Amino acid sequence: MIATQPTREMKVTDPYFKHFERFEKTRSTDGPGWLFPMRKAGLMRFAETGFPTLRDEDWRYTNVAPLASLPFKPVFDSASGFPEARSIRPWPLAQSIGCRLVFVNGCLSPDLSLIPDRNGGVKIKNLKAALREDPDFLHAHFSRYAGNGDNSFAALNTAFFQDGAFIHAPAGSGLTEPILLVFLSTATDGGNTSHPRNLIIAEKGSRLAVFECYYSVNDAVYFTNAVTEVVVGDAARLEHGKFQDESSAAFHMASMHAHLADRCDFRSHSVATGARLSRNNIRIKLDGEGSDCILNGLYLTKGDQLCDHHMIVEHAKPHCNSHEYFNGILDGRSRGVFHGRIFVRPEAQKTDAKQTNKNLLLSDDAAANTKPQLEIYADDVKCTHGATVGQLNDESIFYLRARGIPLETARRMLIHAFAGEIIERIQCESVRNELDRLIWERLEQNPQVAAK
Amino acid sequence: MLEIRNLHAGVEGKTILKGVNLTVQRGEVHAVMGPNGSGKSTLAQILAGREGYEITDGEVIYEGKSLLELDPEERAREGIFLAFQYPVEIPGVNSAYFLKAALNEIRKHKGQPDLDAVEFLALVKQKMKLLDLSEDFLKRPVNEGFSGGEKKRNEIFQMAVLEPKLAILDETDSGLDIDALKIVSNGVNKLRRPGHAQLVITHYQRLLNYIVPDFVHVLFDGRIVRSGERQLALELEERGYEWIIRQEPQLV
Ligand SMILES: Nc1ncnc2c1ncn2[C@@H]1O[C@H](COP(=O)(O)OP(=O)(O)O)[C@@H](O)[C@H]1O
Ligand SMILES: [Mg+2]
Repeated sequence: MIATQPTREMKVTDPYFKHFERFEKTRSTDGPGWLFPMRKAGLMRFAETGFPTLRDEDWRYTNVAPLASLPFKPVFDSASGFPEARSIRPWPLAQSIGCRLVFVNGCLSPDLSLIPDRNGGVKIKNLKAALREDPDFLHAHFSRYAGNGDNSFAALNTAFFQDGAFIHAPAGSGLTEPILLVFLSTATDGGNTSHPRNLIIAEKGSRLAVFECYYSVNDAVYFTNAVTEVVVGDAARLEHGKFQDESSAAFHMASMHAHLADRCDFRSHSVATGARLSRNNIRIKLDGEGSDCILNGLYLTKGDQLCDHHMIVEHAKPHCNSHEYFNGILDGRSRGVFHGRIFVRPEAQKTDAKQTNKNLLLSDDAAANTKPQLEIYADDVKCTHGATVGQLNDESIFYLRARGIPLETARRMLIHAFAGEIIERIQCESVRNELDRLIWERLEQNPQVAAK
Repeated sequence: MLEIRNLHAGVEGKTILKGVNLTVQRGEVHAVMGPNGSGKSTLAQILAGREGYEITDGEVIYEGKSLLELDPEERAREGIFLAFQYPVEIPGVNSAYFLKAALNEIRKHKGQPDLDAVEFLALVKQKMKLLDLSEDFLKRPVNEGFSGGEKKRNEIFQMAVLEPKLAILDETDSGLDIDALKIVSNGVNKLRRPGHAQLVITHYQRLLNYIVPDFVHVLFDGRIVRSGERQLALELEERGYEWIIRQEPQLV
């Protein structure tokens, strides 16, 4: 007979309670009155669901056990780590983009941040300040999109977040220059956890480009648990991107929840090169008519890395397009996971939903798992999905070689092109060029790229 | 310049070429004709260095070298060019970038300096006129979204830029309407040089009205069963491949 064991999840979440009690004592007066009950609800939700396991259909390829066994050390001290992060010089994009908020271990670093005086009427500040200055406005949006229902990591973030970015483009305002959000970890030992929390609101007819970047100073084990909520108003145009270049020993969980109104143009990029284990929960609700949504992703993994993108795109209203393009370049024993769920409600006629996931395996031990999941309750829709896993195309290599191009160069060209398909969808030129260069540098460092 | 001796080749135990003999001298244009499945593309691909074919017998001598020992890129640099029957689409690889890389590899091999962007552009513009191509061609990824005719024109355009010594054209006429056929053949004819040779593979004699060969060979079931001058192509056109096959009792 099978002995009943105490549920593992309860044990695992216990330390979180202890931290929360401490947190409650010291911080319960921080922020508006509505916030603390929300935090508490987040904690309860997390305790109830615990860490997901492989038995959970949405996590069947991604084992978070190594993360669950990490000691939980939330960073509460805002000054910790700042000395190590004295300069933004080495960080990609940080130099070329003149408008940025920099967070060190989840807390704002005013010294490293730079907000120009003129920014087209767009409010750019840290969330902590926004909660203090504009609590009513935040109450209308904060945690309305991420909620606590979908996954326990978002709930954990709500319970423990310290800070993050608040970007608000009022109706008709706009910035053509991108806004950069840098999240830097200075962790040295195991288990430091930060919970960046961002809220981006693009009101009617506004225009914004926001890019999140995740970097680390040391090659340490730590845990980033980020949540970004995005609201796109009628006819607003928002380009959002995330560049995840964490330490190769780190754990990275991120949820991006976007809510789209009528006729908006939203694109979100996810470029991932770092972390031992990373998971991106991308949740889109197309809640207005005639909107366009592009989800665009590129992941480069090697060694024992695992990179997971888990999408749920909900078409709630008619005449919307959602197109997902994800390419993975996998080496070593690494794994890429793509799970794309498209949910079309009965009233969402004339939906055009498309999903492609292509994986290029550079080694025999690398693997990719793709799972499309179409749930369509409207009849007049166009939904397609396609997935490929494989090596470089022999015919293409031969074509290039038959013109005099050496094998190694031919391979490089094709791999670069494969990454380029994704990179070229980034509209913001400075970001596109820098990521293109950076991805190429990473690929060039990999001996497999030129190998036969 | 090219001598194919008793070439036997196949894939996965299936013999496709069963003893091909063919000699091409400088300045000559040879046509290889034959019905579908006779092994024309296999011959062309093997000459260009496609992997995956098993050479079971015979040899190929090109400019005094054993061709089959060279990598595809080495052959290209030595002056061999294959205009593919089915040019592959390569998304994400820009046409201009690709062609410049190819040209500079070949130039390097010849001991010539790289062309810079300006010199390259001047050269390709001139060659594009020859093939009646618009300039936005160069900005597009290699063959991506090209029509069948555009792909074929692009092959000949590449040939014009790379100036090979031995050009092998594999059914360059298929999929071309009559106007495109004229443009392409005219381009090929203009690329004729005294020291260079062309091996024109075709299913139909139609192309040979425009690209006039010095010699015509009929490939059937992996063998060259008949060789002659241009007249042979016209006879074939009139009487069909059946005519030759019936005359070769050992083939039936
Ligand atoms: N890679 C291959 N694998 C299997 N069969 C092949 C391959 N290439 C050619 N063949 C076969 O060899 C024969 C000759 O093909 P091919 O050279 O393409 O003829 P042609 O160009 O004259 O039409 C055909 O029967 C074809 O199916
Ligand atoms: Mg053929």
